[in-house]
Amino acid sequence: MTATLNRQSARRVSKVDRFLTFIRVFLVSLIVIGVVAFLAQQFAPDNPFARWRNPDAMGLTADQFKGLLVSGLSQGAMYGLIALGYSMVYGVLGFINFAHGEVFMAGAMTGFIASEKFNANGLWESNFLLCLVLIIIMAVGISTLMAVLMERVAYRPLRNSPRLIPLITSIGVSFFIQNAVMGLFGPASKSYPRLPEWLSKQRSILTFEIAGTKILVLVVASVSMAGLWYLVERTRTGKAMRAVAEDKEIAALMGINVNRIIVTTFAVGGAMAGVAGILWGLLFRGVTHMTGFLPGIKAFTAAVVGGIGNLGGAMAGGVALGSAESVAPLVILEPLGVPGVSQLKDAAAFTVLVLVLLFKPSGLFGERLSAEDRT
Amino acid sequence: MSAEQSAGQTALLEFRKVNTHYGAVHILKDVDLAIYPGELVCLLGGNASGKTTTLKTLLGMVIPTSGEVVFDGEVVNHQPTSYRVANGVTMVPENRRLFKRLSVKENLVLGAYLRKDKDDIEADLEYVYELFPRVKERLNQKSGTLSGGEQQMVAIGRALMSRPKVLLMDEPSMGLAPALVQQNFELIQQINDEGMAIFMVEQNANMALSIADRGWVLQTGMVVLNDTAEALLANPEMRAAYLGEA
Repeated sequence: MTATLNRQSARRVSKVDRFLTFIRVFLVSLIVIGVVAFLAQQFAPDNPFARWRNPDAMGLTADQFKGLLVSGLSQGAMYGLIALGYSMVYGVLGFINFAHGEVFMAGAMTGFIASEKFNANGLWESNFLLCLVLIIIMAVGISTLMAVLMERVAYRPLRNSPRLIPLITSIGVSFFIQNAVMGLFGPASKSYPRLPEWLSKQRSILTFEIAGTKILVLVVASVSMAGLWYLVERTRTGKAMRAVAEDKEIAALMGINVNRIIVTTFAVGGAMAGVAGILWGLLFRGVTHMTGFLPGIKAFTAAVVGGIGNLGGAMAGGVALGSAESVAPLVILEPLGVPGVSQLKDAAAFTVLVLVLLFKPSGLFGERLSAEDRT
Repeated sequence: MSAEQSAGQTALLEFRKVNTHYGAVHILKDVDLAIYPGELVCLLGGNASGKTTTLKTLLGMVIPTSGEVVFDGEVVNHQPTSYRVANGVTMVPENRRLFKRLSVKENLVLGAYLRKDKDDIEADLEYVYELFPRVKERLNQKSGTLSGGEQQMVAIGRALMSRPKVLLMDEPSMGLAPALVQQNFELIQQINDEGMAIFMVEQNANMALSIADRGWVLQTGMVVLNDTAEALLANPEMRAAYLGEA
């Protein structure tokens, strides 16, 4: 009897394994063939392999490729900023705060409202830098406040309940905020005022032709990330955050006020999302109450790709995801003759997630959690 | 009663008729305890006798349902752990519980989290390095990579960094290689000789009593014996129940 059961369970596992192996092989061959076909088109366009699936393919010029890369990096930097919030909250409380995307949206929305006012009284035109600093401060303020309120109102009462409960609550909080914002500001898409010409014009840096806005995004994101790194690795509060993430009871024994550190974690994650919200608004200009949804999910993906709970991983995951979704469709899918590749960004992003989960489930920089650590 | 108590000194830590409950389960029953400056006291008892609960109640992780927890004459029943740590009590937890992903140095510095006296913290770090030269060699290593014995040193060092008046130790010999257990007890005695009061919960009654001044024995949440270490070692009941002589 036992033997039969064992054999059955062994067979069931191997079926799943075979399926997973199939997906692994499929995805890896897809990527390899795609890249080879792309390289063939680039360097030996007359080669039959280059024309094999997609006879009309033109390949990319070096400038096009650089452009894709820069777009991907700036988009990825924003994913990374949002991903930090997911990762930090997961590190400290062990659940995914799905409402974090709304914190980002609130930042973008705050930026819109403020910049609209500045635009109306002319300050946007006359002193853009001042406006930029002001809207960043306001967005960071509102996002931080929202993240802290969320923790206080929705998550703290659930601190000792099973982890699934705050997770589901966070989805509820997310819907609540989306609908509240729609109710307050209406469902129509809102547009940031036009950026001054000196900022948005193309600049050439190290042979890269980059729109000034993207440079701004990369610079602000890098500065914010460096600041966060300093906070977490070099300050007393950061040390306390890492201690709380690892063992709350012993952290309290050291005299750390655990509740205050948890609030700080939410606040810092919220601030990062607020910065990302402004950058998003400046780069894409359109904002709606749904703006937080897809970037939120992508940032969560980035956090998992980098290894959830690991801050460097969240940043790297964001940048990797942003570049992959920008470059992969044209480099891998186009040469294979897949139609409509420019609409497959999201598919590319989530395929990165699938790949990471298949090959390194703890994430690129994640430590494997032992059973002991997970309790 | 020991000489110290009759001399009318104020106890550093005291339980006055403390009762605790986990839900409906009555854990500690009218427990009276006192620890005086400079003493090495051990708390003995079998499994589920309430030893760990006693420590948690002292630290404010469990709130008593009745009775008083007193520090230096002040009732602290409703003060949080951080207040109690700031007032001179800390613990070396069972199984050490270091912050494994933090470096050894960071673990030590976290022990002094509530202290503001920077220069003295440096001096205390030097003291810990002197006590444990092995620790000094591994300051920048993640503490999770240390051996069990080294982790014990860091755990004790981390506790000392808060400059406690009383050091609580929960099963200090648990999970240590037998060769290290003896060394560990010698270390505890050494720290005590330098004047720090120690309150130790231990399964290894023989070893614990051999270095302790006094001992308390808990049984299902009640203090059944309270005497000097020599008297406990000589007590026939004690020998039968805890010292492995049937």
